[in-house]
Amino acid sequence: MGSTILDQLRRDKITDLLKQGKRLDGRALDEQRPLTIETGVIPKANGSARVKLGNTEVITGVKVQPDKPFPDLGDKGILICTAEILPLADPNVEPGPPTEDVIELARVVDRGIRETEMIDLHQLVLLENKSVVGIFIDSSVIDSAGNLFDACSYASVAAVLSSTIPKYEIKDEAPVLVEGVTSKPPIKTLPVSVTMARIGDNIVVDPSREEEECMDARITITTNSEGNICALQKGGNDGFSVDQLIKCSEMALSVGTKIRKRFEQLM
Amino acid sequence: MTEDGIRCDGRRVDQLRNISIKVGVLKNADGSAYIEFGKNKILAGVFGPRDVHPKHMANQDTGILRCRYHMSPFSVTERKNPAPSRREIEISKVLKEALEPALILKDFPRTVIDVFVEVLQADGGSRCAALDAAAVALADAGIPMRDLVSACAAGKVADRIVLDVNNEEDQEGQADMPVAIMPSIGKVTLMQLDGILTPEEYKTCLQTAIGGCRTVYEIQRKALVEKYFESGAQ
Repeated sequence: MGSTILDQLRRDKITDLLKQGKRLDGRALDEQRPLTIETGVIPKANGSARVKLGNTEVITGVKVQPDKPFPDLGDKGILICTAEILPLADPNVEPGPPTEDVIELARVVDRGIRETEMIDLHQLVLLENKSVVGIFIDSSVIDSAGNLFDACSYASVAAVLSSTIPKYEIKDEAPVLVEGVTSKPPIKTLPVSVTMARIGDNIVVDPSREEEECMDARITITTNSEGNICALQKGGNDGFSVDQLIKCSEMALSVGTKIRKRFEQLM
Repeated sequence: MTEDGIRCDGRRVDQLRNISIKVGVLKNADGSAYIEFGKNKILAGVFGPRDVHPKHMANQDTGILRCRYHMSPFSVTERKNPAPSRREIEISKVLKEALEPALILKDFPRTVIDVFVEVLQADGGSRCAALDAAAVALADAGIPMRDLVSACAAGKVADRIVLDVNNEEDQEGQADMPVAIMPSIGKVTLMQLDGILTPEEYKTCLQTAIGGCRTVYEIQRKALVEKYFESGAQ
């Protein structure tokens, strides 16, 4: 957290403005920053997306390759989401093993896509208990300006929607690539992650980096196309009241509807 | 689950597993607790406030809290690699963020409070049980707290909202929602969810979990009273 006089003044300004229901960048409390989604940015990947959420920018690539199933999940393909904040994205990030913040980021993005059952993993089995298709969704934050959770989640969903799945055949119990045949991924629903910050008594959607520096607590809620709540993670050094948690779930559903329309255009 | 709502381990939908908490079980730690929560067996030890090592982690303005959640290799069916997994690192972070609101760290600048949690045997809901033990261990260490932190999960199993999801139910169930609250203040300090819930089920699940937290709170208080204020106490 910045500790110059200007940083302190900015934090005071953010909290003062919120008392009048206003935000420093002029947004409504439930308004996200402008979102741009560009797909097919990495042709060597099976799917890819570059997402800008305000000044936060993420590139996600999807790689699809045959793999062995997890021992207890022989009837399902593999889904793995990772996330990384590149050192070029943030002056405070250094190369090295992932910090707990980055591990949490990756696991929350993964949980959103996994728990909504966005991809029908049963359709990715080549030979039960022996061979399945793995979908690896890797996100790289290239510019960090707040709310990496939603930016990585949107980029991951967009990259999956833009991806093509190569065809594999089983020969002698081993998967063999069938050249020139691809299909769309088996999509069941569209997950939308919405992250909110509590600053004092106010809940703001899509906190900027400056807002994150003065937030008391954070919550990320992922909803599906059917209007259900499928994944949730509270973060930050303070808590929420029950009323606030219910309000957050309603905001996640209403904000999520707008983002889901953007995803539908990609299908 | 049977039709009249009896679960695979014989409990009703609104019934917790058996919980017992023992306070002050470690000699070297400043505070400690041992919890049995169903088949979970978990130790928590607290050190501090004490000097921070490495020194650069110290904060001039406030104390800091560190939390380590670790599972013993023999705690689960298949041996677990003793190195911390990504899951354990994430749980360590959410436990820290669940306990921090209860502490008054500003009173202890330049120091650290370390909370070490060791899961000796795991059985679903270990993060909640770990948190219940850690909060009692912090109180046992005599650290000033705004409130205890009490945790319990609720979930959806066979289309019904149930309290305190066990391991089998977690594997087969439709949703799992661990929740922790500071019971006197009514603030939720830990909350996670995996699984699909309608908005109505979400509200019911949250209220069910909080009900469980309040029962756990009584057990935590009783454990502390037993150590400090009943016959045999020093």
